[in-house]
Amino acid sequence: MWHSCARSRSAAGAQRESAALLHAARHAFALAWPPMLFGAALLYAWTQASARGWVDELILPPPGEILQQLSLGLSSGVLLPHLGVTLLQALLGFVIAVAAGIGVGAVIASSPLVERCFNPFLIAFEAMPKIAMAPLVIVWFGYGIWSKVVLAAVIAFFPILVSTILGLRASEPGRLDVLRALGASRAQEFRLVRLPGALPFIFSGINVAVVFVLLGSIVGEFVGAKQGLGTLILIANENLETARTFSILAILALLGMLLHFGVGALRQRLLFWAEPRTGSPPA
Amino acid sequence: MSTVLEAARPAIATPRAAPLIAVRELSKVYPTAKGERVQALSHIALDIAEGEFVSLVGPSGCGKTTVLRILAGLIGDYAGSVAVRGRAHCGPSREVGVVFQDANLMPWRTALANVLLPAEVLRLKGQEARAKELLAMVGLAGFERKLPGELSGGMRQRVAIARALLHDPALLLLDEPFGALDAMTRDTMNVELARIAAASRKTVFLITHSIAEAVFLSDRVLVMSPRPGRIVEEIAIDLPKPRGLDIIADRRFADTVVRIRRLLDGEGTAQLPSIAH
Repeated sequence: MWHSCARSRSAAGAQRESAALLHAARHAFALAWPPMLFGAALLYAWTQASARGWVDELILPPPGEILQQLSLGLSSGVLLPHLGVTLLQALLGFVIAVAAGIGVGAVIASSPLVERCFNPFLIAFEAMPKIAMAPLVIVWFGYGIWSKVVLAAVIAFFPILVSTILGLRASEPGRLDVLRALGASRAQEFRLVRLPGALPFIFSGINVAVVFVLLGSIVGEFVGAKQGLGTLILIANENLETARTFSILAILALLGMLLHFGVGALRQRLLFWAEPRTGSPPA
Repeated sequence: MSTVLEAARPAIATPRAAPLIAVRELSKVYPTAKGERVQALSHIALDIAEGEFVSLVGPSGCGKTTVLRILAGLIGDYAGSVAVRGRAHCGPSREVGVVFQDANLMPWRTALANVLLPAEVLRLKGQEARAKELLAMVGLAGFERKLPGELSGGMRQRVAIARALLHDPALLLLDEPFGALDAMTRDTMNVELARIAAASRKTVFLITHSIAEAVFLSDRVLVMSPRPGRIVEEIAIDLPKPRGLDIIADRRFADTVVRIRRLLDGEGTAQLPSIAH
């Protein structure tokens, strides 16, 4: 009796579970079908345009050829080392930009006088297109990875710096009063109130920076490098291998999305308290 | 019928033992942007005895928050003297715990971690058990791991009260702690506050613009004039403790509230009170 009862209970549980799974699948499908349909239509039009000779293959190679180049590049082992170099440069530049951006931001936001000293120079430097420094950075740091790391870091530094200063300046006075009434030191104020409170701002800067480091890495490679996806693009372009160029662009798009999702995951870990409470899909 | 309210004593109370807090000739002048000087406080004198519950009521802008911020050590630039247990009081002190109008919790810390914040600042070790006890005392047992964003306004203010008590201060300063809450929550919180003050045996100094709240909670109510802030009257509340919300119906309660309202309004109109307003 007990046995059958337990079995029927677990059967009911399994039924509930599969119903929930079905519901989740339906929800995912409802979200996914419009972009999938649009993508398929686009791909079809592109394939047709190439097959019927509406566009020159040199300008827009057919999707099949790009895919072929991609699998060739990956399977032959040509792409991966270059991808590794470009990613490494971007990541190192990112780490340096985050550390320097938050550090310098903390110094500048520490007093109005310091901020007033720095402000005009920051505005001037921010207004200058940092990419224009690429040739100079190559002269300073050579053809190896460090010139790209520096360029990526310089470009990504400013959004983080600006958002850090804004975030630290926006510290809620009430929270600071709580610490001050306890006789907290300035270091404690920074660690316990100002920095965590500034994190939502800092992350908006980081979201921009993570795109910029890839940009800095590639532009640095264009100007002068021995390795990296940027150099591959230059070579493919010189040989008019457009499909190859497209395959590298596809990799770069994936790389950018990967970095973006990485930042998103980090944000979720650190800013669990600031996430807007979005309802999870009904389960 | 005998008057329960003692006739106003002289403006400076002189409790039996040496007072916990003694304020003399306290004045504060704020410079304005135009270079003028605004007299916020003028020759304030007050004593708070150990274990006493004292409220300061007055119209908005009369400087009552300035008094509290000076006692909290958040304003150091003033004329006159402030002494805690006979010692000159300058700057923040471990003898004082403060609850502000906003709970001012750190949204990235759980309720328990927020209560433990003073331990971190003052480098006190092994306070977890005490923090949990305090959370239980303010009625939040089981909410230790909740984030402030998951708590109601009243719950957040309870966490703030527990936090203010963690380092076991002698004096609890409350700056309109329930001003941001709705009237019903506020009534409940006032009953809770009376219980917490009795349970923790703390000396409490409450700033409020709600006369009924002050009368309901206090042993003594100090009435402040508009700017420049002076203490114009001091009224002992001799209603028996513990007091329940039904005391609002008590004639003596209503009389006291009306009397203080008249003091604040000049001869102005008196309305029948609720606890909240």
